[in-house]
Formats: sequence, structure tokens, C-alpha cells
Amino acid sequence: MYAIDIQGLRKSYGTKVVLDDVNLTVAAGTVTALLGPNGAGKTTSVHILSTLIRPDAGSVRVSGCDVVHDPDGVRATIGLTGQFSAVDKLLTGEENLMLMARLRHLGAKGSKGSKARVAELLEQFDLIEAARKPLATYSGGMQRRLDLAMTLVDAPRVIFLDEPTTGLDPRSRHTMWNIVRGLVADGTTVLLTTQNLDEADELAHRIAVLDGGRIVAEGTPDELKRLVPGGHLRLRFADVASLTTAAALLDRSTRDDAGLTLSVPTDGGVSAVRSVLNRLDAAGLTADDLSIHSPDLDDVFFALSGRVDSKGPLS
Amino acid sequence: MTTITTGRTSHVIADSVTMLNRNLLHMIRYPGLSVFTIAGPVVILLLLVFVFGGTLGAGLPGVDPAGGRAAYLSYVMPGILAITIAGTAGGTATTVAMDMADGITARFRTMAISRAAVLAGHVLGNAIQAVIAVALVLLVGILIGFRPTAGPLAWLGAAGLVALFAYAISWIGVAMGIEAKSVETASNLPLILMLLPLLGSGFVPTGSMPAWLEWFAAYQPFTPVIETIRGLLLGTPLGWTPLIALAWCLVLSVIGYVWSKALYERKSVRA
Repeated sequence: MYAIDIQGLRKSYGTKVVLDDVNLTVAAGTVTALLGPNGAGKTTSVHILSTLIRPDAGSVRVSGCDVVHDPDGVRATIGLTGQFSAVDKLLTGEENLMLMARLRHLGAKGSKGSKARVAELLEQFDLIEAARKPLATYSGGMQRRLDLAMTLVDAPRVIFLDEPTTGLDPRSRHTMWNIVRGLVADGTTVLLTTQNLDEADELAHRIAVLDGGRIVAEGTPDELKRLVPGGHLRLRFADVASLTTAAALLDRSTRDDAGLTLSVPTDGGVSAVRSVLNRLDAAGLTADDLSIHSPDLDDVFFALSGRVDSKGPLS
Repeated sequence: MTTITTGRTSHVIADSVTMLNRNLLHMIRYPGLSVFTIAGPVVILLLLVFVFGGTLGAGLPGVDPAGGRAAYLSYVMPGILAITIAGTAGGTATTVAMDMADGITARFRTMAISRAAVLAGHVLGNAIQAVIAVALVLLVGILIGFRPTAGPLAWLGAAGLVALFAYAISWIGVAMGIEAKSVETASNLPLILMLLPLLGSGFVPTGSMPAWLEWFAAYQPFTPVIETIRGLLLGTPLGWTPLIALAWCLVLSVIGYVWSKALYERKSVRA
């Protein structure tokens, strides 16, 4: 049985189709990343999975429970940490966790069960010092950690993370990644949404690419990367003459006369870069500027949706 | 899964208590809203009694113009208590709207807790706050010379009605808080409730109003509540008013409950 099983899911708001026949399964104990740009339908999917909104059509089951017919069955096994902080800003961190422990019925009020669990989470999420301080004093990363800790109070079997690292600094992002890895090591199923290919690559066993309400590709990170064209070197020259000479010199290069730049496909390795530079040197050419362009989300979408202008729909 | 379902039903009360504790903690930690709900009616009371009271009291039927101020204090006190209760709805609406904006409401909705418990926490918290506010405003009234003639039973009855009415108004406040598009508008909608005691028998006898307004004043919910409190505290004739007051409490609670529950499912998600 899959931990998450979505078949033929559809959702529209008025005439705007948000999800258009989405099919996706997630095996228990694995991480799947739902990758897509703003407006692709990622958050709507997570909201349907976590019983916040109802699907128009299709079957959606979490831990074997149908989100429409047995929402409480779903709710008993899931945890959601959304894009917007779902913490009580008028309470302290510890009180927020206690509130969740009581609502999850971890023993009676103030009993050892819930107190021990709260203490454990405060330590695990590095919040002991701030535990009794009001949330107004928390940084963005601390609030996000508290938010996730609140989701984990009763160790849910399935966790939805909606853009868990958006707006976090690099250190907090890595902390969050480590926490997610820890969860999976404990056997939790995770579905996370992200706009960031790196994040999906770091964390996910499988990636589903959602675009315009449809899953346009699904597979392991390696499988997806094979669909994406390789990186390229971008060279900028001082004048059109140098650009023309260089373009003739370098195979498979594409020129952009307006920007005086030349794109050369490459695997991004040091030897490939050196060989390009050596050939320019030999011809007495010097590039004003050089940048290495690695495959990113734009490229994934370019490759998967076959759009001519990969930047357009993403911005 | 059946065990979870039956377990959940028995948790409604425990969950309501948890949510109530949360709301009481908010009030203790951020007393600004609570102070405002008491200060507002006290200012109105002092203004009415000391600025307008002499003239307004002299105009009351069967009152010796020399004792106008004391007579008006006596007359207006039940209306002030009703406006105190109405005023707390603004606080409820604001706290509910803040929860909706913060996303914590969405979190509650993804948990296996009763929807009613989440709302009941707000309602009970606010009702308790309203009863405390009424007691303090009444105390101010007594300090400036309000002299109720009620016996213990009548006091008990008045307290009971205040609590019930506060409960009913709190449900309306919760619904208004969910209905509001933002925290800012949430505090405005309940102002309508604060107007109602003025359009009833709270501040002047309805007999002095134009016929159409007198008709409205006689049948709107605040008038029977005010008249019942007046009857219980001061011994004016009661008649059927306590029953009408109780019926209004029931009707308002049901309207507020149904309205809140219907909106709660739809509006607690930010798309």
C-alpha cells in the first residue's frame, strides 16, 4: 500500500483549472519532492492531501484513508508545515508545543508524556534557550523550526512540507534538510514541495515535476537529470569581430549578437573549461567575462514542457 | 480507524478546555483588549451620568427633576451592562481574525480535533471575559451610587442571564471574525452590536421614540435582556421579558454557531 495515492485528481476555482488529472504515488518511508514554479498547483495539492480543501474529482488516499470520506482518519496520521507560519505568536515556543501535545492527546494535561515529548523536541530543534521567550524574539529560521516541531509532536506517519526552506538563510536551510533526513531515517513518509532543484536533489528519492496543474515528469533525481540538457559556458566578448571568430572556433556554440555572448555546451568540468580557454588563447582571443551555467529548474522546465522560452512562464 | 473516531468524540470537551486555556492565556498576557472592553463602557457611563444625567433623568417618566442624576444612573445601568457585553464581541472577532491570518487555524483544521472545540475555546474565553467586564463595570456603577434592590435569587438570575447573553454574543463575534477579510475589518463589524443597546430601552424609554423606531426597539434582542436585568436588579415589572430574553440568547447562539461553522470550513485556508 502506498502512503500517498493520488488518482485522477482535479481541482478548479471557477474557470481556472489548478489541478488537471494528477496521478502520483508515494511509497511509505520515502521522500517525494513536488517540484514546480509558482502557480503550478503544489500548494493546492498539499492542501487537498491535508484535508484543508476538497478535490473536485479523483481519488486521494493518505495512509489508506480517503481524504473526502474519512478526513479524520487522514488527520490522525498526518502533519503539515505550510509556507505560512502556523504558530501562535502570542505564546512562547514551549507553550506552542504544549498546546499541540494536548490537542494530540499525549496523556492528560501536564502529564509526563507530553512534557517529556516537548522537552525532547525543544532539544532536537535547538530551541531550548528560546523555549520560554515570546515568539516575537524568534528569527525566521527559529519560527520555521518551531513550526515543524509542532507538526512532529505525535510523530505523524506522513508529513507534508510546503516549501519548507523558502525565505530561509543557507544555514537554516541546511538545518532543515538535516531534520528532514532524520525524519526519513525514522521511517516517516515525506512529501515536500519546492521550487528549488537542489533541494529536491538533496532530499528526495523521487521527484514529480508539476507544471500548469499536470505532472509533466516523474522519476528519481538521476532519471530527471538525464532529461535536462547539460550546462554551458557563457563567454562575453568586447566586439562583434571577436565574437564571430570565437563562434567559428568553437563547435556547437550559439551566439547572441545583442549581448555579444557565446554559449558553449559543456559538462562544466575543469578540463572542458580549460580546453575552451586554450583554444581561444591560441587564436589570440580574450573573453571579457566567463560564466558557467549549470542545469537548473529553468532547464528542467525547458526540457520537460518543450517551451521555446523557458524563462517566460517562470517569472 | 473506528477507535480514532470514537476517541475523538470523547475529546471534544478536553479539546475545548485546551483551546479555552489558550485564549485565557492570551488575555492574561496581552490585557490590552480586555482593558479596552472595560474602559469603554465606564467612560460612556461616566459621561452619561455626570454630563447628560441631570437632564436625561429629569425627563424620565415619574421622576422628580431634582433627583434626575441619581434616577438616570439607576435607569441607564442595565443598558451600560448590555453595551459592555456587546463591546466584547469586537475583541472576539479580532482574536479569531488574527488566528485565521496566522495560519494556526489551518493547522488546527489538519488535526483530528473537533471544529466545534476550536470555536468553543474562543466563545467560552470571551464569555468569561465579558462576565468579568460586566462585574467590574457594575462595581464602578455601585461606587458612583447605583443601588440595586435585588435579593440573592434575583442577583443569581441576573448573573445567569449576563453569562448566557455573553455566550450568545460571543458566537456572533466569532462568526464576524471569520467573516472579516482582515484583522482590521474584524474589529469594525461588531460595532453594529454596540449600536443596538442605543436603539432599545437601554438609555431612554422606548416610549419617547418615533413609532417605527419604538417598534424596532421593542422587538430587538437587547431590549428584553436590558429589561430583564433592570427588573431583576431594581424590581421593575418583568412579565414575559425573561422568557423573550432567554429565547433571544438561544436564537443568537444558534445563528452564531451555524454561521461560524459554515464559514470555518471554507475560509480558514489561504489559497
